[in-house]
Amino acid sequence: MGEFKVHRVRFFNYVPSGIRCVAYNNQSNRLAVSRTDGTVEIYNLSANYFQEKFFPGHESRATEALCWANGQRLFSAGLNGEIIEYDLQALNIKYAMDAFGGPIWSMAASPNGSQLLVGCEDGSVKLFQITPDKIQFERNFDRQKSRILSLSWHPAGTHIAAGSIDYISVFDVKSGSAIHKMLVDRQYMGVSKRKCIIWGVAFLSDGTVISVDSAGKVQFWDSATGTLVKNHLIANADVQSIAISDQEDSFVVGTAEGTVFHFQLVSVTSNSSEKQWVRTKPFQHHTHDVRAVAHSPIALISGGTDTHLVIRPLMEKVEVKNYDAALRKITFPHRRLVSCAKKKQLLLFQFAHHLELWRLGSTVATGKNGDTLPLSKNADHLLHLKTKGPENIICSCISPCGSWIAYSTASRFFLYRLNYEHDNINLQRVSKMPAFLRSALQILFSEDSAKLFVASNQGSLHVIRLLEGSFKHLHTFQPQSGTVESMCLLAVSPDGNWLAASGTSAGVHVYNVKQLKLHCTVPAYNFPVTALAIAPNTNNLVIAHSDQQVFEYSIPDKQYTQWSRTIQKQGFHHLWLQRDTPITHISFHPKRPMHILLHDAYMFCIIDKSLPLPNDKTLLYNPLPPTNESDIIRRRTAHAFKISKKYKPLLFMDLLDERTLVAVERPLDDIIAQLPPPIKKKKFGT
Amino acid sequence: MVEEESLRVVRCGGSELNFRRAVFSVDSKYVFCVSGDFIKVYSTATEECVHILQGHRNLVTGIQLNPRNHLQLYSCSFDGTIKLWDYVDGILIKTFIVGCKLHALFALACEDSVFVTINKEKPDVFQLVSVKLPKSSSQEIEAKELSFVLDYINQSPKCIAFGNEGEYVAAVRDFYLSVYFFKKKTTSRFTLSSSRNKKHAKNNFTCVACHPKEDCIATGHRDGKIRLWRNFDDEKKYTYTCLHWHHDLVMDLAFSVTEGSSLLSGGRESVLVEWREAAEKNKEFLPRLGATIEHISVSPAGDLFCTSHSDNKMIIIHRNLEASAVIQGLVKDRNIFTGLMIDPRTKALVLNGKPGHLQFYSLQSDKQLYNLDIIQQEYINDYGLIQIELTKAAFGCYGNWLATVEQRQEKETELELQMKLWTYNKKTQGFVLNTKVNMPHEDHITALCFCNAEKSENPTLVTTSKDGHFKVWILTDDSDIYKKAVGWTCDFVGSYHKYQATNCCFSEDGSLLAVSFEEIVTIWDSETWELKCTFCQRAGKIRHLCFGRLTCSKYLLGATENGILCCWNLLSCALEWSAKLNMRVLEPDPNSENIAAISQSSTVFVFRPSEPRPLYIQKNISREEAQWGVFVPRDVPESFTSEAYQWLNRSQFYFLTKSQSLLTFSTQSPEEKLTPTSKQLLAEETLPTTPFYFILGKHRQQQQDDKLNEALEDELVQLPLTENIPAISELLHTPAHVLPSASFLCSMFVNSLLLSKETKSAEEIPDDVSMEEEKESVDSDEENNFTEQVQDTNNTDLGKDIIHQLSKSEEKELRKFRKVDYSWITAL
Repeated sequence: MGEFKVHRVRFFNYVPSGIRCVAYNNQSNRLAVSRTDGTVEIYNLSANYFQEKFFPGHESRATEALCWANGQRLFSAGLNGEIIEYDLQALNIKYAMDAFGGPIWSMAASPNGSQLLVGCEDGSVKLFQITPDKIQFERNFDRQKSRILSLSWHPAGTHIAAGSIDYISVFDVKSGSAIHKMLVDRQYMGVSKRKCIIWGVAFLSDGTVISVDSAGKVQFWDSATGTLVKNHLIANADVQSIAISDQEDSFVVGTAEGTVFHFQLVSVTSNSSEKQWVRTKPFQHHTHDVRAVAHSPIALISGGTDTHLVIRPLMEKVEVKNYDAALRKITFPHRRLVSCAKKKQLLLFQFAHHLELWRLGSTVATGKNGDTLPLSKNADHLLHLKTKGPENIICSCISPCGSWIAYSTASRFFLYRLNYEHDNINLQRVSKMPAFLRSALQILFSEDSAKLFVASNQGSLHVIRLLEGSFKHLHTFQPQSGTVESMCLLAVSPDGNWLAASGTSAGVHVYNVKQLKLHCTVPAYNFPVTALAIAPNTNNLVIAHSDQQVFEYSIPDKQYTQWSRTIQKQGFHHLWLQRDTPITHISFHPKRPMHILLHDAYMFCIIDKSLPLPNDKTLLYNPLPPTNESDIIRRRTAHAFKISKKYKPLLFMDLLDERTLVAVERPLDDIIAQLPPPIKKKKFGT
Repeated sequence: MVEEESLRVVRCGGSELNFRRAVFSVDSKYVFCVSGDFIKVYSTATEECVHILQGHRNLVTGIQLNPRNHLQLYSCSFDGTIKLWDYVDGILIKTFIVGCKLHALFALACEDSVFVTINKEKPDVFQLVSVKLPKSSSQEIEAKELSFVLDYINQSPKCIAFGNEGEYVAAVRDFYLSVYFFKKKTTSRFTLSSSRNKKHAKNNFTCVACHPKEDCIATGHRDGKIRLWRNFDDEKKYTYTCLHWHHDLVMDLAFSVTEGSSLLSGGRESVLVEWREAAEKNKEFLPRLGATIEHISVSPAGDLFCTSHSDNKMIIIHRNLEASAVIQGLVKDRNIFTGLMIDPRTKALVLNGKPGHLQFYSLQSDKQLYNLDIIQQEYINDYGLIQIELTKAAFGCYGNWLATVEQRQEKETELELQMKLWTYNKKTQGFVLNTKVNMPHEDHITALCFCNAEKSENPTLVTTSKDGHFKVWILTDDSDIYKKAVGWTCDFVGSYHKYQATNCCFSEDGSLLAVSFEEIVTIWDSETWELKCTFCQRAGKIRHLCFGRLTCSKYLLGATENGILCCWNLLSCALEWSAKLNMRVLEPDPNSENIAAISQSSTVFVFRPSEPRPLYIQKNISREEAQWGVFVPRDVPESFTSEAYQWLNRSQFYFLTKSQSLLTFSTQSPEEKLTPTSKQLLAEETLPTTPFYFILGKHRQQQQDDKLNEALEDELVQLPLTENIPAISELLHTPAHVLPSASFLCSMFVNSLLLSKETKSAEEIPDDVSMEEEKESVDSDEENNFTEQVQDTNNTDLGKDIIHQLSKSEEKELRKFRKVDYSWITAL
């Protein structure tokens, strides 16, 4: 008999939506990613690629273009014809503005960041002036016959290249007139295709225009003469995206076959200054279309229909072989989509537009360690709750008693009361939500389900007392003066006295719920917080950061605990620090106060604070506790980190009771099976 | 003749043509390849071997054109020398003695040294060193000035390439590529993730090539990938591209010489791939080349490619990927099941060739004559596929009949067996399938032999099988109302106590048939198929069986698996003698009583059945076990007087070892063994009976006499006697290097052989003709406007020479003949 009975949940049918655009911001080293459902995510590449912010999607806003301007301003444009600017502090949409040109297919910010260019369905290229708090239409360029699918500025800002269907136009920015029209060969492997779509263009400072098109070609054009210089046929399908490095010595293209090709400018011979573009390495990390690529100084970033964001570091640019040198694939969001009502054994799954409530199955059988036990009662799909309106769900939560469900979209907050009558469930919406509860970034119920904590996007925290069928607003913790940063992580102590809240970058604030005041602030740390939890009895706050550090902070003592200081002094094991994914959930064992349970997408770990810490020489991942060896050896080799990699990819893991764990897995194969079929390629030998 | 010379085992042709990359001459007229201890010069247009450059005493391992004089060729060998040749005349110019085994040779235009690969201490550690070639007028020069370039490289020259006019050298081995820059004197090393990672388990480098213009190195890999490396002068910023088409390892790579815009690659798929502009999508193929491509080379002019194949073949390929010539040596890459045979008609060696084929290989010219497709099915080269094997073949009735057996066994119980009988068609000069017998036996056929007796009116074939039977097949009339035909049918089935029949043999006169059944030898009367007597020695299964010849025809020899050689007397039906010898090969000489046997320990015994004392013994004839042997009758008998060599008078003995090198016994020194063609022309006495011999040789005189008497031969044109034609004697006696070009001499030579209709005395005509056509050739030259300056001087030179030869009387006659009507020439 093993230590835990594990509910291995695989019925969370979550499919992330495909990546449509990727925009890299060189100044802040952040990456903006937009998905096909309109979600925009912001990854901090300096903080181990942590997804620190996200803007929920909207059904009618299919993003087609995404760009950074003026350093910190993020714009997106889509097929509804609107240009949207995002507020990166408050995590909401600043404004949306119609460009009046039909669906927008492309957008590019000028190199100096003062102008924004959009390419529309009607063939117009519109120039907008970026003012400090808005954008303003300036003028139209010469209208083209068909939609403008790609745009690129000359680095000097004097010319632009616009890719359309069958041709590329070069505009003079000053006059707004097209000076060249470069026709693209429609022929594809000898067969004339109907149309050749220019999916991407890039303008180099020497006047070369690089285009990628639907015939599988990468072409180099001389914009001064409007002639084709070189042609690389690289794929049998569309080449859909291009991104060029800032030094203009390499660029990357993504194809519909899922291959990413790297092109480099290399000198022809070592002692001549003549250089040529050479296709160097192909990378096949995707199974589906690569819709978007980006080129950071040290890595190639690609994303596509298969929902992975792949970051492939360039070995020659990486100084030391460290954490940055590893390839990484980001598939799952770095936030919790699952909440759990422990007593009722209920799981609440959050999807983009609905929630699902499941009751876990149960078994009466027993077995020895590693056995799969037969279910006596299957898992039960209790509830399917669809949202109203086109907006995606931001966050959701089920109360520990299982009788409350709360969720929020970008504009509305919903609270439901659940009544269980044998097998029937009675769902009752709690109406008349107060005006300030419009949207929430994080929702949390207290352990006794009597209180609801809501982090709103203005940076304030609301405390609400729940009564049978109604509620009462108790208090609002206003943000510290001067900061408008929203809180996106919450943790409450089991006794309900303490509430910890953390924003995207600053430190963790601890509030006293009884006295309704700020208790203390944990000292700020360089890396964003990925998970928070307060231990029972001791009221120690455990904080996991995106650089894989774990701190334990004693709330009553207002200082780090001795264990935390010890581990900071000694340092974590190097393999622990090299993990890819952030810790997304922390929980505690009710009977073993020395244990901390935490997990990321690929491992589940129990930290036993009573055991010695591992140093770099010890084996971090010991597969199974050796049963045949004597206790002495076992004790000698044991260390504080007990890691299980059995369940992956792990979306959620928690302790239901002392002897029962629940693990929510989402196998990648199941996701791929639900995606549209990829381009069929003949595989050799089949 | 040369009794002083001891009898030596020599490799006689059939050596590998595909051992190293072929080398083209600058004008692409010749292609050179190493072939055992020799270098062969082939004409790319006619596929003929023009010269054999011989002088090395061990395997030649590398050849390169002299970069400073493209009419010269460097070669290196295991004998530790580098030799410089004039390949046009086939003359050795210089020998540089290095002293250690040289594995590969590279020559660069800009330096006065060459690069060789040598082996240091450990058997698998090779070094690339440069050898300074001292300038000296003497023939043999010591070149001991070695300077080290690269260590721990692969011994194959495919794994080393020089780039950008010798600025760097790239070498690959296992999982890394090292590049040495001569100017900077630095080495960069690039390592691929090795086999520890399962995904890259087959990442090993197999070959390397350098771009002629750009800093680009192409490497081939075991998994079929080609990597193009650039920026390799920076160990950090290097980058590479992958080209992947091959599914098995890339055997060789070559860049097109002129621009380097296309890359050629080849491998097991037997497809030459041309990658244009190094783009994965832009490639051309030349498929169905027959066998694995081992090497690819490109002519300096860029118009021809040459691929060397594992079946000992070179294919000359045009720039537009059309194969233009095939140079085929002895095919060696498969198991030899049929053993060695001699085609009685062509005297060619016959054995397994390409899969499913019999190859006919001329021992004299070291060239494959033709392939006979026996199985007549498409060969699918796939690992693990069970193929139809051609297992047995035999010639009968002076080469009129050929019997072949093919088999395929997928499982223990499923045997597919087929026997085919081929008849020689005089019209097509080839074998035509006559009879096909499906399942001639229930089990494997172990032996088959024809009755080759002169008196036998009816061709007879005997097959023995593991099913315990031997069958006698005879040729019968198979005519019907539509056509006259003959076919083979089974005439008699014999067996002996259900033992497996293992061998069969006809006596020389065809009256007796010996069939061995495991340990027992049975003698059958071939007239009545009655069992005459049995011999049993209880000394193991009979492996070989043969009758004695001529005076020894009363003896029967049998070699058993337990290593006993028995000789039975057929008259007394008793064992004459036996010897404890474990025989691998037992082969009777058809022209004498001698029998050659090769034991397991590679010792050759030549003996007569009548006397157990061997005529000749030689130990350790080869390092490997000999597998097959054959006596080849000589065209012209030798006259060795020494008793030990007399057995070689009438026939020559060839044998094939396990690694399929064809060896023979020779008394001649290698220099004499194969006289160069240039010498052959001068040595008129030994002219072979070729058409030219009829025209030029002594034979003419005899013929003329014959003709006067009998006036029989009308197909031979009456020709003037050659000795008196100055043009011909000039041609033959002038040293080759002072002669004008052959194209110029050709018309003169041909015209000199023509006859005018006037009945002139044989003395006069030739002179005139030669004079006349010389003029003609002058005329034609002027018309052609073809490098006038050079040609003119040539003409005058030659004119002077010829005029020297003419006496005054002849000149007079010449003037007279100017008026003679030569209109008949145009009529020709």
